[in-house]
Amino acid sequence: RDTVITQAHGGGGKAMRDLIDDVIRSAFDNPNLQIQEDQARFSLAEMALHGDRLAFTTDGYVVSPLFFPGGDIGKLAVNGTINDLAVSGARPLYLSCSLILEEGLPMDTLREILASMGQAARQAGVQIVTGDTKVVPRGAADKIFISTAGIGVIPASQQIAAHQLQPNDAILINGYLGDHGAAILIARGELQLETTIESDCAPLHGLIAALLDAKITPRAMRDLTRGGLAATLNEIAQASNLHIAIDATKIPIRPEVQGFCEILGFDPIHLANEGKLALAVPAEQAQTALAVMRAHPLGQHAAIIGSCRPEPKGIVTLQNGFGGERILAMLVGEQLPRIC
Amino acid sequence: MCLGIPGQIIQVTDTARKLGIVEIGGVRRTINLACIVDQDHAIGTCVGAWVLVHVGFAMNRIDPQEAQRTLDLLREMGDLQKEIASIEPTDTKTSEGTGEIR
Amino acid sequence: MRYVDEFRDPVTGQQLLQQITHQVRVLGRDAQHPLKIMEVCGGHTHTLFKFGIESMLPEGIEMVHGPGCPVCVLPVGCVDDAIAIATQPNVIFTTYGDTLRVPGSQKSLLQCKAEGADIRTVYSPSDALALARQSPDRDVVFFGIGFETTAPSAALTLLQAHEEGLSNFFLFSTHITIIPTLQALLDDPLLQIDGFIGPGHVTMVIGLEPYLALCETHHKPIVISGFEPLDLLQSLVMLLEQFQTGRCTVENQYKRVVQNSGNRIAQQALEKVFLPRECFEWRGLGSIPNSGLQIRPEYAHLDAEKRFLLPSRSVPDPKACQCGEVLKGAIKPWQCKVFGTACTPETPIGACMVSSEGACAAYYNYGRLATTRTLPQER
Repeated sequence: RDTVITQAHGGGGKAMRDLIDDVIRSAFDNPNLQIQEDQARFSLAEMALHGDRLAFTTDGYVVSPLFFPGGDIGKLAVNGTINDLAVSGARPLYLSCSLILEEGLPMDTLREILASMGQAARQAGVQIVTGDTKVVPRGAADKIFISTAGIGVIPASQQIAAHQLQPNDAILINGYLGDHGAAILIARGELQLETTIESDCAPLHGLIAALLDAKITPRAMRDLTRGGLAATLNEIAQASNLHIAIDATKIPIRPEVQGFCEILGFDPIHLANEGKLALAVPAEQAQTALAVMRAHPLGQHAAIIGSCRPEPKGIVTLQNGFGGERILAMLVGEQLPRIC
Repeated sequence: MCLGIPGQIIQVTDTARKLGIVEIGGVRRTINLACIVDQDHAIGTCVGAWVLVHVGFAMNRIDPQEAQRTLDLLREMGDLQKEIASIEPTDTKTSEGTGEIR
Repeated sequence: MRYVDEFRDPVTGQQLLQQITHQVRVLGRDAQHPLKIMEVCGGHTHTLFKFGIESMLPEGIEMVHGPGCPVCVLPVGCVDDAIAIATQPNVIFTTYGDTLRVPGSQKSLLQCKAEGADIRTVYSPSDALALARQSPDRDVVFFGIGFETTAPSAALTLLQAHEEGLSNFFLFSTHITIIPTLQALLDDPLLQIDGFIGPGHVTMVIGLEPYLALCETHHKPIVISGFEPLDLLQSLVMLLEQFQTGRCTVENQYKRVVQNSGNRIAQQALEKVFLPRECFEWRGLGSIPNSGLQIRPEYAHLDAEKRFLLPSRSVPDPKACQCGEVLKGAIKPWQCKVFGTACTPETPIGACMVSSEGACAAYYNYGRLATTRTLPQER
């Protein structure tokens, strides 16, 4: 058996067939994947039973290192796309998986990543139903790149879109900020920091389902990925043309992540997350939404962090414990260790 | 000008190169202790010491008594201010919510 | 976090603010006739904006953001020299993250990195030295920026490389010193500063003594401050007390870290490795005598300026850029012609907009709130 990926695996011939059948299909085994066609097929009528709109999204995953405390590129590739679907109120159903493999990638590494993808999909109750594999010469890719697309059906009752935000809506998040961003930077090893920080990579469809079952009607809901809470809140403020006022003292930050940020001069509000969402709900639903999230394993540290106001339009402000208030802007690039 | 963070030295790891491990908010890192070690302060005295860390160097020891003295002074200032505030009306226009901010 | 959270208590902060307001009223100062206080250090500027303190100070105080951010004052010529080194084939160019986006005459280090130069962000000069040990066939250059707080770590790292006989580690020193800079500021008639909040961490190294002559000759009080909100507010109270009592001295608020004599070991490291440059160019402030540090001849074999052929041209700042006047407090960030239009965090012209510590970036990102609320003519 081959111990590393070679050009042959990308040639479209027998070696590629074996790779797909023995390594990839076995990791994702589900009925839809058995049909040997070029595409997965679904019954529209059956889907229409679950809702009136299709949610469709895609994302690319190039994280380095491939394995990090709390997850790996495979788990990320499944949960990240599930979360993009789930924040629309949709029930995630099917994923596609496109693999770009660098010549020389150890087969065991590929198996481990695909096993992790299969497990994440099963845990979230979604199926990986179609995909593609390409092999590129050594150096043309960094070991493995994964992109996944996802389909889900949005129930007719769910109309979640940021432009619907109203003044006095409450802003909530479901837990600690910055865990993923810190875990990845530390795992790269360049900073030579030792911590217990883990990525918060997790599928949020269950937490969201719990909110919707409790009759919470979110006006806006987005998962917080790169750019952190600051980027997402600015997107929501611009989409709704409202002023989002956040109370910094209410934002939960894990002590180790706070220490990590103090050392490098980072602000956790800009750090990446992979298991966090921000949602805006009518003011009267805020306490219920908080209680529902806190009762869920992925919402134990949920918090109400602010509210919407009519003026000034389209900006986010941060009120700190001092009574001072400042604008919270989106960063231009990514945060870099600074000395001053 | 210079981002400095308090941390506690928990271990000396290389006496020749004067290296030790500092802990800052649960995060640990190897740092250079050269600036806090001399004839009067042998490297062994670093363990347990609180230091100001900047770019991977322990730049200075933090003086716990001075820290406490500053905090006490701040508290006294606060109490003094409470008395003054109770005598004369404050005219600060700090805003409430979206009120006017200069 | 110990020695951090205790100095961020909002209740004490509010009480200090009330005391400052009281002191300012007693001194008879107001919006038309404010006390102009310069916080020299970029770290203080960052704290002022991060905690929104400036917007809570009474109108009788105007904070002027000084040149104490090594990135803000990094001249275009230095960035071009750094790029000249970084683009050499066998070089690994290591630097703090602060410098990557500072504009050179053609491009920034970040753009060079995208074009293939091996430029790596490091947290510490020790990491650059470790890189040099691990890759003996490459020339590892460390971009030394910063004041007397950061220069000792570069000096000690250079001495370590010398001791280990490493021949592939080089320091590119653009380190700068604070006293000549303050001297140049105080000599400038344009500057009408009443008092200074002094840099805590530079003073941790150099001690209080170097400030005494400045304080006496220019009769401007100086309080050396820590970097937490309560440190800054307490320092302002101490400075206002000097005005109230007619005193003019150098006071140390940051006693938990700063000994009046400074740190001997760090001072010795500086003296052993560096020599003051005859003069050194600062972005926006022109050339200031004795304000730069160059590597002594006995360590020429570790000096990047000797190892690489550098253009070292004095490149004038972009014409539209008024960073110099902002750094001297002559104008406010929003009074610069290009502030917020041609010069924004996405398209920085002057270094004051590049560094998050720079007055313009801090004001653009954090301070715009005041102007979005007050009448537009203030812009």
